Amino acid sequence: MSFPWAKHYEPKQPLMRWLDEKLPLPRLVYGAIGAGYPVPRNLNYFWNFGVLAGLALVIQIVTGVTLAMHYASYAGGAFGSVEAIMRDVNAGWFLRYAHANGASMFFVVVYIHIFRGLFYGSYKAPREMIWLLGVTIFLLMMATAFMGYVLPWGQMSFWGAQVITGFFSAIPVVGDTIRIWLLGGYAPDDAALNRFFSLHYLLPFVIAGVIILHIWALHIPGSNNPTGVDVKGEQDTVPFHPYYTAKDGFGLGVFLFIFAALLFFAPNSLGHPDNYIPANALQTPAHIVPEWYFWPFYAILRAFTVDFIGIPAKLLGVLAMFGSILLLFFLPWLDTSPVRSANYRPKLRVALIVLLFDVLLLGYVGGAEASAKNVILGQIGAAYYFAHFLIILPWISRSEKPVELPNSITEAVLAKHGGTSPAHTALAH
Amino acid sequence: MATDSMVPPGEDPAPYHEEVHDPRRRDFINIAAVAFAGVGGVAIVLPLVNQMNPSADVLAQSTTEVDLAKIEPGQGVVTTFRKQPLFVRNLTPKEIAEANAVDIGSLRDPQTLAERTKAGKENWLITLGVCTHLGCIPLGIHEGDNRGPFGGYFCPCHGSAYDTAARIRQGPAPKNLFVPEYTFNSDTAITVG
Repeated sequence: MSFPWAKHYEPKQPLMRWLDEKLPLPRLVYGAIGAGYPVPRNLNYFWNFGVLAGLALVIQIVTGVTLAMHYASYAGGAFGSVEAIMRDVNAGWFLRYAHANGASMFFVVVYIHIFRGLFYGSYKAPREMIWLLGVTIFLLMMATAFMGYVLPWGQMSFWGAQVITGFFSAIPVVGDTIRIWLLGGYAPDDAALNRFFSLHYLLPFVIAGVIILHIWALHIPGSNNPTGVDVKGEQDTVPFHPYYTAKDGFGLGVFLFIFAALLFFAPNSLGHPDNYIPANALQTPAHIVPEWYFWPFYAILRAFTVDFIGIPAKLLGVLAMFGSILLLFFLPWLDTSPVRSANYRPKLRVALIVLLFDVLLLGYVGGAEASAKNVILGQIGAAYYFAHFLIILPWISRSEKPVELPNSITEAVLAKHGGTSPAHTALAH
Repeated sequence: MATDSMVPPGEDPAPYHEEVHDPRRRDFINIAAVAFAGVGGVAIVLPLVNQMNPSADVLAQSTTEVDLAKIEPGQGVVTTFRKQPLFVRNLTPKEIAEANAVDIGSLRDPQTLAERTKAGKENWLITLGVCTHLGCIPLGIHEGDNRGPFGGYFCPCHGSAYDTAARIRQGPAPKNLFVPEYTFNSDTAITVG
């Protein structure tokens, strides 16, 4: 695939030779995630998170398909069926807790995966398409997670559906019509619950499809690496298998260890207790909050409290919330610096750490009550978020003087281990 | 096009030579067939989109009758209309006076109390109990609720405050609480929807 020195699949047994002639699926796997994919030799543990996200999707699909065997998607029975899963279905509690906490784990690893991309410039040329597909996957994940949270039909499910579909009523003129069309009624009810279930079942497979495109696009330039320097030759790479299958295997163990701790010892710690109250259309919970992974975006939504240049505050909030994600689609062209890795970009490194704290601040504000102090914090946080991408990043790309880059990945690796001098390395191979 | 004049291998080319017009008959058939298929394809999208609109049984829940006889001035009741909360409030003379004292030009969604009620029945304020921001149920219909700084309704979700005519006065909501269609069947009964 990517490099001329990539190993080629050579089936040894007659059966595999026969299969390779008819349907070269093992060849595809060998080239994609086997020894046929040369990968930079210096990847650190941040490069585990793509594989972990893929595994998290598999866990969600397996637990989700089995939960769907016991779930009833009508407003009168959904809550009861989820309780029956928890109490009566054999190992039902395990499947549901794994699915609910699996969603959280999925978002944790995806957020780290995204930050990895931001830090090491993995969104930059020639990997823009990988980034665009990744942001698409993220949007699909958010839609899937939101619809999944509605399915238990508890108070937070119901009011979450009410608030999120309420976003669409902010669209001028046709907003209310769109909202009623989305819900199939005037408030969330059977029609909405059923279609959410249908789409919640569908979208993970769409995500799987986009992931295939994401990996396909990755294999054309090959993986980025912590130096951001291009692969120069065979000495810069190792085969994905066994080197990174082993490294990912270790990361997988750590991931499963944390996941299991959450699942078995604190399965409700990330959920909201109000979702164990059946949905009631006549009573709003005192404090509507989405799941934790939406808090930063919810904070941006709530940051707009006054009309501005004739646009209602509500529409501004909705536009800003969607804009905060859509902005990421433009990232490859907002950052014009030729240097990828923030390890060699002193100003960007500081800005990214500030951005990380800003997103954590937004997360805190989004999960907390909308007090006057929190609204102001949210406004500052939201303003900084947009400023980072629209002002600070383009400015840094122009003004920053990068630290001197290593000549090659191999040189960087050997220098780090105090080994041979750079000049030596080039000759060594 | 070259493909049009192509002759299956081994066959006599004679029957395939047709007279050349511009546009040719074959072009017309080609465009007409693709256009028809396109229209057909688009037409199939219509039911797929339309199935998501409220179904007949949802629309059938569209009227609600409310008995006003037992609601004293200053009291309110919550009932449901299209599965949404409906606020029915009997305003006191003081609340009516407060609502009428407001400068209409200063409102975000300018409406007088008279426009939001029926002639001669200004004390009956009938609105949906759905905040126009993101759809929470505002507080204020029950006695002892927090009615916010303007004495009407107050939405706890994002702090929108409504006055005694349920008009938006403060906070992120863009519009007044929605007044549905309704008629007085008698002095003490209404039909909403």
